[in-house]
Amino acid sequence: MIALIDYGAGNLTSVRKALTALGAEFTTPRSPEELAQASGVIVPGVGNFAATAALKGRWREAIANAVAAGTPLLGICLGMQWLFEGSDEAPEVGGLGVLPGRVSRLHGNAEQRLKIPHVGWNALDAPPACGAPQTLKGRLLAGLSPQPYVYFTHSYGAPVTADCTASTTHAESFAAVVERGHVFGVQFHPEKSGDAGLQILRNFLTVCQAC
Amino acid sequence: MLTKRIIACMDVRDGQVVKGVQFQQLRHAGDPAELARRYNVEGIDEVVVLDITATIETRQALARTISAVAHEIFLPLTVGGGIRSEDDAAAVVDAGADKVSLNTAALRNPELITTLARRYGSQAVIVAIDAKRRDAGFAVYVRSGTSDAARDAVEWAREAESRGAGEILLTSMDRDGTRAGFDCEMTAAVSNAVNIPVIASGGAGGREHFAEVFTRGCADAALAASIFHYDDTRVSELKRYLDTQGIPVRL
Repeated sequence: MIALIDYGAGNLTSVRKALTALGAEFTTPRSPEELAQASGVIVPGVGNFAATAALKGRWREAIANAVAAGTPLLGICLGMQWLFEGSDEAPEVGGLGVLPGRVSRLHGNAEQRLKIPHVGWNALDAPPACGAPQTLKGRLLAGLSPQPYVYFTHSYGAPVTADCTASTTHAESFAAVVERGHVFGVQFHPEKSGDAGLQILRNFLTVCQAC
Repeated sequence: MLTKRIIACMDVRDGQVVKGVQFQQLRHAGDPAELARRYNVEGIDEVVVLDITATIETRQALARTISAVAHEIFLPLTVGGGIRSEDDAAAVVDAGADKVSLNTAALRNPELITTLARRYGSQAVIVAIDAKRRDAGFAVYVRSGTSDAARDAVEWAREAESRGAGEILLTSMDRDGTRAGFDCEMTAAVSNAVNIPVIASGGAGGREHFAEVFTRGCADAALAASIFHYDDTRVSELKRYLDTQGIPVRL
């Protein structure tokens, strides 16, 4: 059973719909204690980083415990940003801190008409350190064509670190997919990214089944 | 590289897709869920459902239509028409919309833009502007194009952005349904005045029109209805053409 965390940041309808289409069994836990039984945890979310303050305390503790117990975790958009140490968008609210680095505002480029928020379909690139630029690595990106397009909508981005398995460029490069052990994150919305997005969610479910 | 988005719009009345010319002479164009399914296969980037009678007949967009469309596509879905309050917006979001499009209500009560941006994030709030050319500038119309709002489109787009809108959906009433091409001057004027994405709408007739609005019109996305509904222009062929013109698209 996948635990889909509802902390009031945005709408879960489309994530639920995608999980249903993939045949996943999932629940939206009412109390943090329920996470102990979960085969995987998804932290979705759109909007301001300040919204993740709702995860403070018992929820945060339960998610951290699940990660420590080896339960796969997927952060989507704001949920991925929350995996890092914190964000300049709401410096007073700390992240979960399971990934090193801080989230900062994207700059765009007015001259090149690269606007912020970064809204729309953009490509996933393998980070340069991964060797051949076309080859995407990591369990979350298994079976995807080179440079697949996925749907983004955000104004802040996470740094490209050793945990980054795919980056995206919009005036600057930021982490689009992160993977560290059984902790995963995607800056885009897989539930809104057509077949490529469904494949990524399917890959996460496969990881959950294997654990 | 961020691609230019191709958006299919479905004007919905009584649960069916209709399309008119210059906001008049509506004719039947099909079932929303069926059309959405076809567009998805052809590679559409986004879908907009506008309940076109909602404002005039004072009713909310049909949750059943939204839900049926949302079950066909795993793509961004915008819903507009008759959204006057936070509760109206919540109803369409709960039915499966990712973004809400505000038009008349945003002009009447601009605070609604801010309220919804705080609740759902700016990315979920589109301000739709229906505008006509006049001697100087572009006049904004409301209530499905029936009433002059006494505002200029460029100035109103700027205000909408400052109040928290995440995108502008700009429709040329002069071009709507005419297939004479997008109003590139108007689109460029608004796009260059704001820092949020601008979706051009009204007048799409052929693939060249899209190339033109993405270059000369400075549009971030282009929306069309009738040319996709009646299968005159396939989304997949349109995108391949744009690719040959050096315009970045998701293929």
